[in-house]
Amino acid sequence: MTTPLPPKPTPRGEERVYFDAAAENRLTYQTCDTCGSTVFYLRDVCPHCGGESLRLRDSAGVGKVYSYTVQNRASHPYFADRTPMTLALVDLEEGFRLLADLTGADDVEVGMPVEVVFRELDEDVTLPHFRPRGREEEPK
Amino acid sequence: MTIRGKTAIVGIAEVDTFETRGRSPAGLAAAASKRALADAGLELSDVDGLFTTSSYYSMPTLTMSEYLGIKPRYTDSTALGGCSFIAHLGHAAAAIEAGLCDVALVCYGSTQRSDRGKLVSNAEWLAYEQPYGLLHPVGSFGLIANRHMAQFGTTSEQLAQVAVAAREWALLNPAAPYPKPLTVDDVLESTPIASPLHKLDCCLVTDGGAAAVLTSAARAQDLAKPPVYLLGTGEASNHRNVSQMPDLTATEATHSAERAMQMAGVTHADIDTAHVYDAFTISLLILLEDLGFCPKGEGGAFVADGNIAPGGSLALNTNGGGLSYTHPGMLGMFLITEAVRQLRGEAGVRQKPGAAVSLVHGMGLTLAAHATAVLGISP
Ligand SMILES: [Zn+2]
Repeated sequence: MTTPLPPKPTPRGEERVYFDAAAENRLTYQTCDTCGSTVFYLRDVCPHCGGESLRLRDSAGVGKVYSYTVQNRASHPYFADRTPMTLALVDLEEGFRLLADLTGADDVEVGMPVEVVFRELDEDVTLPHFRPRGREEEPK
Repeated sequence: MTIRGKTAIVGIAEVDTFETRGRSPAGLAAAASKRALADAGLELSDVDGLFTTSSYYSMPTLTMSEYLGIKPRYTDSTALGGCSFIAHLGHAAAAIEAGLCDVALVCYGSTQRSDRGKLVSNAEWLAYEQPYGLLHPVGSFGLIANRHMAQFGTTSEQLAQVAVAAREWALLNPAAPYPKPLTVDDVLESTPIASPLHKLDCCLVTDGGAAAVLTSAARAQDLAKPPVYLLGTGEASNHRNVSQMPDLTATEATHSAERAMQMAGVTHADIDTAHVYDAFTISLLILLEDLGFCPKGEGGAFVADGNIAPGGSLALNTNGGGLSYTHPGMLGMFLITEAVRQLRGEAGVRQKPGAAVSLVHGMGLTLAAHATAVLGISP
């Protein structure tokens, strides 16, 4: 039996900058030099003011669960033996929101403090994930 | 200048709203189109404006022109997901009023049920969502539902009441597929899909075709059925992906509805029936709040009090909706057809007596796009 390959991003443009940084275990976002807004995902034009001077920043990777869902059904064969799996929208302290999976928590709730942990999907792609803040478990 | 009351829906039709065999999405749309024109007393050769969208065909107005053998002089394939067809009503009215076309056909077809498991979506790759296995769209609505619960104390039992009310309406619709009642326990005991949502918190997966025909209010006087006037329309949208939705429990429906009701010159007290996109129990609940049928955060109590079931204060989704009647990928056309039936007095045992004004509201994707229409029997 062959293990299904994971669904993999094929980054284009600014997405490439984000995923290249993730490969270096950096979670990146931007701030706008013109209006000061925090911007995520990475863009060429600020969605708040239209400014084109956007500064790449590294997040500390610390935030709180804005919402979550425990999925019992897999969206792709790769996830079939990974369900139930918890996906969360996390509000990072720098003021942006990221969707990722949350591991090592059976007691997830809105507001729970979490932190980012990076894991190689394969030799090309590294993805940020979240775990409850201060817990040591590695994501499965 | 306004398009209020300048155009009317003069023909509607639905075909194969549960399952079909051997018919393509274009074939279903074509069959519905032919019947909607016949309903109006018009012919395919009368159509000079074509409005459609599709997740099957990348240039759907070209596909449908060829399939139907028509040569429209105005086409619009605005793609806003399931609410597209409600937006098309406004676009068609503007085009008719501007003299760009005279008879506008809005149509849709899907073989979502027959294709199940075989259909490859043509949706674009979402770099920030798909690597994590987010199940579209139910995973997104799970995120939305848990946020609504945390913020407002909404319960799974209250969400289940939405599905139960939809089934009660569906029991009055001879075309609905499941002629047996549903209980709150049935919903809560159905398969968990993406917490807090269960299988029965989700819409049906069906095939289906539907169409509507619009023309000027003047021309509508001479056709086969009583005109249903387009009194107001509004659109609003703000995101594509759920991870970019600014607030999971507040949507742009507020603005599309305000625009449509202001154009129509109606208030909530004037609305006899409402037809609101119910892809999931939580999506309907949030839309009821944002459309102003109850205050923000009180959707759970509003549905639990029986307001949306037959006999309640709001005649909502009287055909059984996406949750219990039909949901062939996009629901918008089927909200329009039921509103027109109600306003013509053709809704059988589920008829709201004396219905004169109906509100139709659709959403696209995960509460991302919104289109509202107000329809009425007087211009
Ligand atoms: Zn800016």
